[in-house]
Amino acid sequence: MTHLADLPAHEIARRIRAGELRATEALDAALERIRAVDGAPGRLDGGRDEQPDKVHAFISVTEERARAQAAAVDARLAAGEDPGPLAGVPYTAKDIFTVKDVLSTAASRILSNFKAPYTATVVERIEAAGAVMLGKVNLDEFTYGSSNESSAYQPSSRNPWDPSRVPGGSSGGSAAAVAAGEGAISLGTDTGGSIRQPASFCGVVGLKPTYGRVSRYGLIAFGSSLDCPGPVARNVRDAALTLNTIAGPDPRDSTAANAPLPDYTVALEDGVKGMRIGLSPDYDKLTFFNHDTGKMESREMPEEISKAVLAAAEALAAQGAEIVEGVPMPHTRYGIPCYTVISRVEAASNLHRYDGVKYGHRSAAKVKDLRELYRRSRAEGLGQEPKLRILMGMYVSAAQYSEQYYRRALQVRSLIRGDFDDAFVAKGAHKLDALLTATTPTTAFGMASMYGDSVLMQFADQLTVTANHAGVPALSLPGGLSAERLPIGIQLIGPDFSEATLLRIGRAYEVATADAAWRTERPAVLAQLK
Amino acid sequence: MAEEISPELFNHLVELAALELTAEEGEYLRGELNNQLKAIDELAAIEIPEGTPLAAHGVPFPPELRPAARADETSSAGLNAEILAGAPETDDGYLQVPGIPHEELD
Repeated sequence: MTHLADLPAHEIARRIRAGELRATEALDAALERIRAVDGAPGRLDGGRDEQPDKVHAFISVTEERARAQAAAVDARLAAGEDPGPLAGVPYTAKDIFTVKDVLSTAASRILSNFKAPYTATVVERIEAAGAVMLGKVNLDEFTYGSSNESSAYQPSSRNPWDPSRVPGGSSGGSAAAVAAGEGAISLGTDTGGSIRQPASFCGVVGLKPTYGRVSRYGLIAFGSSLDCPGPVARNVRDAALTLNTIAGPDPRDSTAANAPLPDYTVALEDGVKGMRIGLSPDYDKLTFFNHDTGKMESREMPEEISKAVLAAAEALAAQGAEIVEGVPMPHTRYGIPCYTVISRVEAASNLHRYDGVKYGHRSAAKVKDLRELYRRSRAEGLGQEPKLRILMGMYVSAAQYSEQYYRRALQVRSLIRGDFDDAFVAKGAHKLDALLTATTPTTAFGMASMYGDSVLMQFADQLTVTANHAGVPALSLPGGLSAERLPIGIQLIGPDFSEATLLRIGRAYEVATADAAWRTERPAVLAQLK
Repeated sequence: MAEEISPELFNHLVELAALELTAEEGEYLRGELNNQLKAIDELAAIEIPEGTPLAAHGVPFPPELRPAARADETSSAGLNAEILAGAPETDDGYLQVPGIPHEELD
């Protein structure tokens, strides 16, 4: 029998609303799972190598708050009220979202004592729909990374499929928690791939919505023109259900689009007959930086990842989709250089607010004046990755260099957007409903194998970052297992506000592969449980 | 290839960024910065067609997608006490800071 902690969110909500299960029971099962697999939470004084067989998804487990929420859901049901479409579903929030009266750390020492005076819109909305927050999960410091290892809260999260490997990042705690049954869904954020890359590494579903589809209010900012909150889930229906609750206009975020909000679950089972799904050779080539030569190098995609993408295309074709090969996306390879410029400029700007005056860490050192207080507080409070991003952002946006870097990057961004416009436009040559690619250039890599090399780490996002530049939605789905029994992710990218279509294709892919042998495999940390 | 960011330029950036670094940290970060600059050097080689606009964000944001402007009225979030409670040092409802350095302007 499936353990309650492993049930899909939609099934938990159905049972609770039907009176077959109490919200408090669903919560107990999730807390029991956390106790079984998570180990010590990330802490400022924690060690990197502590309990290397545990998941360490959490920074804080907010059990008391969760118990009150679950009891409230049960009370509403007892009173004959509808507690909402996610009634009693245990979820986690990446610790980059503010939650009133709960520590909101961004995995940084500089916010280690920060209790937000207000709650992020997405958290408010998912809880209004009845979901119960288990706690805040770990991430790369301020979301700056692709492995979780840059978190100031150690031990950082590990991959439930193989705890000697990273869960990806920056929403690594989110993906690891969902994969390990520590909550059915998690709220993450995606600036260059931070929902999809960890979802891919951990074998779960991750959706980066269209920029503006979901409010950023209460999201501690990284790259304000790129940041997108979105769901991590174990299946497509749960992602759709979550998007239903969190998306839509928000008077507190002027970039939250006033676009019609469909019910993302309605057309999920309608299949892909007649849909045009593209494959691009430009997503089957990888680019890496060679430190020895100082040059960029092309590499082949690992064969088992390419094969997974082709197998997905065949599975969708068998369901009636038309596969369009050879779609040119010529600016894909510039995604990372362009991102390295734009995201650092925005990060530097957003990080200037941390100064030890208004909130957060303040140096206890005796200082002679305000400037020294700023310097000391920032030096003590910020880790290396934020410092690096501030310095880079300041350099490439400085008056004398911005023509060469920042302005140019913004133009290249237009060209990347143009690739997608050409692929999707109704009167174009390809008229795609979606582009099908791999999510990541590798499967999950080993802990400490890349951390410290900021250039190499950045290239982990090369297949995901283009969607952030273009603002278009993208969905990562589990697409099989590698020979090392590590999850492979496949990605669907669609035109603006096409989340319903992407989710529908994703669901069709789930149906087509329902009997695949890899679907029966479980993460190693769960296989060990009795 | 020559290092783009020399130790002098790096120290200037650190000063502007209101940071303080140990020697070891500075050396590592300057090395990473120079590596990153090499990795983005490719941008300089891309042919950019005349008139390519600067994309401040990817999704076009036509007026119909923008939220209606709210009335131009001020309101308080009513959070003064909570916000002050989170500040490192306050005095009688004000944020407290050490002395502000004064510089004589030429």
